[in-house]
Amino acid sequence: MTARVGVVTFPGSLDDKDAARAVSLAGAEPVALWHADPDLKGVDAVVLPGGFSYGDYLRCGAIARFAPLMSELVPAARSGALPVLGICNGFQILCESHLLPGALTRNSSLRFVNRDQVLRMENTRTAWTNGYDEGQEILVVLKSGEGSYVADEETLDQLESEGRVVARYVGGNPNGSRRDIAGVTNAHGNVVGLMPHPEHAVEALTGPSTEGLGFFTSILGHLAAPAQA
Amino acid sequence: MSEAPGLDTVATATASPDTPQPYAELGMPRDEYERVREILGRRPTAAELAIYSVMWSEHCSYKSSKVHLRQFGEKAPENDALLVGMGENAGVVDVGDGNAVTFKIESHNSPSFVEPHQGAATGVGGIVRDILTMGARPVAVMDALRFGPADADDTKRMLPGVTSGISFYGNCLGLPNIGGEIGFDRSYLGNPLVNALCVGVLKHEDIKLAQAPGPGNKVVLFGSTTGPDGIGGASVLASASFDEELESKRPSVQVGDPFMEKLLIECSLELYAQDMVVGIQDLGAAGVSCATTELAAGGTGGMNIQLDRVPLRDHRLTPEEILMSESQERMMAIVEPAKMPDFLAVCDKWGILAAEIGEVTEVTPEEAERGGRLVMTWHGETVVDMPPRTASDEGPVYQRPFARPESQDALQADDAAKLPRPEGDTELREQLLRVLGAPGVCDPTWVTQQYDSYVRGDTVVSTPHDSGMIRISDDSDRGVALATDGNGRYTLLDPYVGTQLAYAEAYRNVSATGARPLAVTNCLNFGSPEDSGVMWQFAETTRGLADACQQLGTPVTGGNVSFYNQTGDVAINPTPVIGVLGVIDDVNARLRSGFDTDGARVFLLGETRAEFGGSAWADVVHDHLGGLPPQVDLPAEAALGEVLASSAEQGLAAAAHDLSDGGLAVALAEAALRGRRGLRVEVDGDAFTSLFSESAARAIVAVKPGREEAFVALAAQHGVPVTQIGTVGGESLSVSHPGGVVEIGLDELRATYEETLPALMNGV
Repeated sequence: MTARVGVVTFPGSLDDKDAARAVSLAGAEPVALWHADPDLKGVDAVVLPGGFSYGDYLRCGAIARFAPLMSELVPAARSGALPVLGICNGFQILCESHLLPGALTRNSSLRFVNRDQVLRMENTRTAWTNGYDEGQEILVVLKSGEGSYVADEETLDQLESEGRVVARYVGGNPNGSRRDIAGVTNAHGNVVGLMPHPEHAVEALTGPSTEGLGFFTSILGHLAAPAQA
Repeated sequence: MSEAPGLDTVATATASPDTPQPYAELGMPRDEYERVREILGRRPTAAELAIYSVMWSEHCSYKSSKVHLRQFGEKAPENDALLVGMGENAGVVDVGDGNAVTFKIESHNSPSFVEPHQGAATGVGGIVRDILTMGARPVAVMDALRFGPADADDTKRMLPGVTSGISFYGNCLGLPNIGGEIGFDRSYLGNPLVNALCVGVLKHEDIKLAQAPGPGNKVVLFGSTTGPDGIGGASVLASASFDEELESKRPSVQVGDPFMEKLLIECSLELYAQDMVVGIQDLGAAGVSCATTELAAGGTGGMNIQLDRVPLRDHRLTPEEILMSESQERMMAIVEPAKMPDFLAVCDKWGILAAEIGEVTEVTPEEAERGGRLVMTWHGETVVDMPPRTASDEGPVYQRPFARPESQDALQADDAAKLPRPEGDTELREQLLRVLGAPGVCDPTWVTQQYDSYVRGDTVVSTPHDSGMIRISDDSDRGVALATDGNGRYTLLDPYVGTQLAYAEAYRNVSATGARPLAVTNCLNFGSPEDSGVMWQFAETTRGLADACQQLGTPVTGGNVSFYNQTGDVAINPTPVIGVLGVIDDVNARLRSGFDTDGARVFLLGETRAEFGGSAWADVVHDHLGGLPPQVDLPAEAALGEVLASSAEQGLAAAAHDLSDGGLAVALAEAALRGRRGLRVEVDGDAFTSLFSESAARAIVAVKPGREEAFVALAAQHGVPVTQIGTVGGESLSVSHPGGVVEIGLDELRATYEETLPALMNGV
């Protein structure tokens, strides 16, 4: 049976169409989820896409965490049952929802940055990264104004020691993220937050590479063999 | 706050014909004011004066440019692709398979000078709403920017602010920024140019027009509330009702809310999809005044509006301020009464405030004859009763005097050919690097890196390549390409030729990515039309563009005029920014400008003459502007364009790059840097002329190995001169010529190209 992967649209979501396309290209069925409906429609996994969920004039993701849909999503994700990938604004929402530690703050340059970005994959045991090799370098897209990952030293040390840093920036830290962190996961490995955009690197025609597709094929692998989580 | 001292109703106006009115403060000349009195048969009310003053302003009425812009229609080439021409919010062209594209460029120069961030942001917002109003989904934006010298203090205020404004607004809307241009010249110090372009995609049957048919249909205002921002001149009408201190705190520049605009886009598209609107207009310059008069004029001619039902964010606003407010993110729709509940439900889904503020009315034949009848009330009292067409369509038209300035001869006689040329390879090399690193030529990444170019996932080509190209939809291989160009230096030297060169460059850019040019938009940035020399430049520009479009079969579909870009008596270099849209049948065939195929042969297409007037070399090395711009040869441009597009289509080219500012020198350097490969090039004759001439109708192409013969044959078939000049590969750009060789390592080339803007702008 084809895996069904939900893509949430908040009013200010922008990369929802892209995330759905990536899900399709990976061979899964994208299912549109609406922020105001507290209904996950029985999906097998969820992508929180990039954008500016509610305009984000307050703090990125700060309002989105209170969306009706999130009341269903958060407990399922926290229990380890529901795989969730938060990209960019989705990562910010996961941090605001306390599904992931830390926070995303303004880029150290104080400017939005849109560029092709190399990442090194560090944890390839999560629901969303099992298709990559540890240490593999992939080229994806980074585009964010508030992408600098921060957490206190204790939390950072804990993330490192538990192997929960999913990916790091290579070739120059683009935004001041602590320890070059581009993405982290929770203890279960089902929730992954990533600041760069793998969904923009899935077609040779439009992306800098197709190396972002691995996030979306990984979830298929994970769902086919759930015991590995 | 006390109430305004007496509402200026139609009854009051009729009873007090001699009350002095502040028409001059609103920028309205006495004869126009007299004409308003003649139309109405009495003095206007304050609200009516507000409407006429904004609708008859240069910005809204095109009163100085109209007589010249007519040529775009009169000389328009036969083109079956044109679905909606000039006069609507934006032109619409057929791109095949039932798909259409709408695109337009517009200026937001003055607001950006006053407040760079918000001025530029709301410039993006305004053009996006124009595209949305046509029934299209906006899919990409571009921008053409001009600033004073890059090292001037005010440029360090302007450029980061404008960039952050475009970035903030466009990124938040989820529209990829796929290209544009940036230029620097002292003539723009104090008069920066911020021109924003938007392109949208729609099906033929989805085209919407600004009209209000059907008496009894409701007039609905939806989107943001109306506030006192952008009111500008309206304060003189209402000065009695404010104390001065409060008034002074009101911003004259509008403030943008891109999140609201994003909601407005999605909400409007859903309303269109469910066929819930019969007419639609966005609120831009002149706000409610413009939307009501234009919708009414485009429909029955009749409309009743209850101004007190406009949702306000400041309850103290007077009727005339509401009419003039330029609060952003607002739209006006005409809706059948039976569809109102569903209309409101869609608005509610997107959290959009909607208010029914009036309805379409019947007009008598006599009223129709006068130009319709628009009535507005304020808490039951009539404050407007006027024929709307007289404001929207029948504004004043000026035949401004124009004359070639006496200084033009001396300017053209100051030939750039007499400037000292580099002596020897060392100097040639040094000058090549200076030109490459000049602010208007160098790598614009500091700016463009702040724009999201990937969102929506349909961007096939974007900055820094020759055009921006997007795939029309996931299930189609068809794409559209867009490029904008405008060289104020060329246009100053010869406005007719300079404009055609701008058009030719945009045409060439579109071709160089593999698309075939189809239609044109333009944003004409000039000084004061009251200066006969400026008006001559304008007349020559419009004549040049209309002639060029006629000759190459690309109709002008719309555009925008921005006058009064001058400080004191000194006008900007006349800067027509020309946008060319092209179509490519298969986006997989698209070409980019990085020469990244090792061993590929490099060919130069076109003919190189010794042409240095207005060139980047003359500017950067000698700070010189004089002589004549390069010759323009439109048939040669068309032939070149066909060779480029065909070589993409037939899979002959690996990459291509047009030649423009900085000539072959800059084109080679960019092709090498973007391809991350060296280039070994050999030129015949004078190396200086080969490298720095800016002769038009030229491009360089890296041909796929094994396809050289076919490529040469293709060029010959179209009569385009073709010369093999080199090979891709190595770690340097090396140009050998009969007298020696110039060689620059890629690292040095890259450092020169990339370091200029960060060095100027970081930390400011």
